[in-house]
Amino acid sequence: MLVETAVKPARSPRTGGKPLSSEQAERVRRIRRSGAYILLAISSAVFLLPFLWMVTTSLKSDAENLAFPPQWLPDSFNFDNYAKGWSGSLPFTRFLMNTIVITALSMAGNLVSCILPAYAFARLRARAAGFMFAALLATMMIPREITLVPKFVMFSKLGWVDTYLPLVVPEFFGVALYIFLLRQFFTTIPQELIDAARIDGASELRILWSVMLPLAKPAIAAICLFSFVGNWNQYLENSIYLRSMEKITLAQGLGMFNGQYVTQYNQMMAVALVSMLPILVIFFLAQKTFIRGVTLTGIAGR
Amino acid sequence: MTAVSARSTLARREARRFHLFVSPWVIGFVLFSAGPILGAVVLSFMDWNLLKPPTWVGLANYERMLNDPEFWESIENTVQYGLGSVALGVSFTFLLALLLNQPLRFQGLFRTVMYLPSVVSGLATALLWLNILHPDYGLINKVLASVGIEGPGWLASQEWAIPGLVLMSVWGAGNTIVIYLAGLQGIPKTLYEAAEIDGAGWWRRFWSVTVPMMSPVIFFNVVTGFIAALQSYVLILVMTEGGPGNATMVLGLYIYRHAFVYFDMGYAATLSWAMFVLVIAVTAIQFGLARRWVHYEFK
Repeated sequence: MLVETAVKPARSPRTGGKPLSSEQAERVRRIRRSGAYILLAISSAVFLLPFLWMVTTSLKSDAENLAFPPQWLPDSFNFDNYAKGWSGSLPFTRFLMNTIVITALSMAGNLVSCILPAYAFARLRARAAGFMFAALLATMMIPREITLVPKFVMFSKLGWVDTYLPLVVPEFFGVALYIFLLRQFFTTIPQELIDAARIDGASELRILWSVMLPLAKPAIAAICLFSFVGNWNQYLENSIYLRSMEKITLAQGLGMFNGQYVTQYNQMMAVALVSMLPILVIFFLAQKTFIRGVTLTGIAGR
Repeated sequence: MTAVSARSTLARREARRFHLFVSPWVIGFVLFSAGPILGAVVLSFMDWNLLKPPTWVGLANYERMLNDPEFWESIENTVQYGLGSVALGVSFTFLLALLLNQPLRFQGLFRTVMYLPSVVSGLATALLWLNILHPDYGLINKVLASVGIEGPGWLASQEWAIPGLVLMSVWGAGNTIVIYLAGLQGIPKTLYEAAEIDGAGWWRRFWSVTVPMMSPVIFFNVVTGFIAALQSYVLILVMTEGGPGNATMVLGLYIYRHAFVYFDMGYAATLSWAMFVLVIAVTAIQFGLARRWVHYEFK
């Protein structure tokens, strides 16, 4: 376990916690660090496989696609699969714009509607709190497939089919999974901080805004990421509600590939890779908040 | 005003705030979820094939389910898959997250790579794993053969199909890693410093600081991991279609088959409620056990 060891002076267990000479400490640190790198390199190789598989598939010729047993590497790199796939018979640029609109609205909705309930479930006392928390969790456990049909009946009666409303409006009313996640993080924040703020006369919203949220920044980043990925890749609900070609999203467009060119996985993987790029950018930004020490500088000396 | 009544006024004000703050979710639940849930309850008492109008059959679907040997088999498979993927997933990703939390060079790059499997297309994932797990020319069995071990048949074998799927699920658990990484940032450094002054080694610091401080987050991953695992079926559908025999016929797949292959919507609804009960039971056990090991700052 490399918790902390990489940043602190190394100590030998045999000398009972007494500091080693600086030379020895440096050697122990270097061994541990290279151990960490080796472990990371091995697991990265395993985790990189699917991505490499997509990349090589996207560069294969049409004939190599059908080869069995499958070929891992193409004989030559067919970069034109990207252009053919993106601006073939399907308007992927249009799909991209639609996806951006739906994802941005849904993400905004998720953020504003999950923070307040999560704070209430974590820190406010009420007689109904236990029951309501159980109800919140229960909604996560109902298989999504089974409410699909009744939900469709409801939204079609409202005349919302083939609009973005059934996809976006419910996102402004809290998502059980994100509320639960944020609540777990709010519960780890020391009560002394909140009591101190209360004594200073801060209102509940003020406490939430200036004490809780800054400390829960990594969790907020995680929720932004999950919300982004979830909406960006949403296939099932999108294809139920969006019908006309000028309204559909990237995930749906990728699905159409499957039907149109039954065997052209190479073009499909090329477009899939392009549509993945924004997710990777968002991930890279979100993971930057996962740096120890940034978030808790305010409570040194606790 | 006495102290007691002052306190109850405060408590009442706190309760009012609680209700105000949770109202977005409550309103959304009433507007968008309550109706469809009721609809699904009604459906489970119906016989409906989507073509003819539904007819009321009372408890017939429930009776059929309790006497359906394939249903019980699917429950067994679901629990096996759930236990395997959660136990392996929660512990392995925790170790990975600890590693990815080290201040090493290329940290962001390593993290992105570990997250990749959870965003690549489902189709790519399925094709890749069919190749990795192939009994003859798959990657895993080739590696095993090179050290003199004859690998199992994986998805082609009754006993090894579920372990194969468990392996695949662990590898796609990027979200779990993200949640752990976010949680690790909330542990006050001072706790580690205090532990070190008391002479605690890294093992002791891990068990006495990291694990208790992370317990609400680990708990979240266990609970939501079970909920997701017990409901999952999409990749299994693509990879094995429930086979060989019924070895990977999990409950989600069984529901899918009745709803979208046989168009037996009433029975599918009934099976879904069985799944709901199964998930609730597992979650209730989790919350019962949590009192023994989850540490909250606020009680």
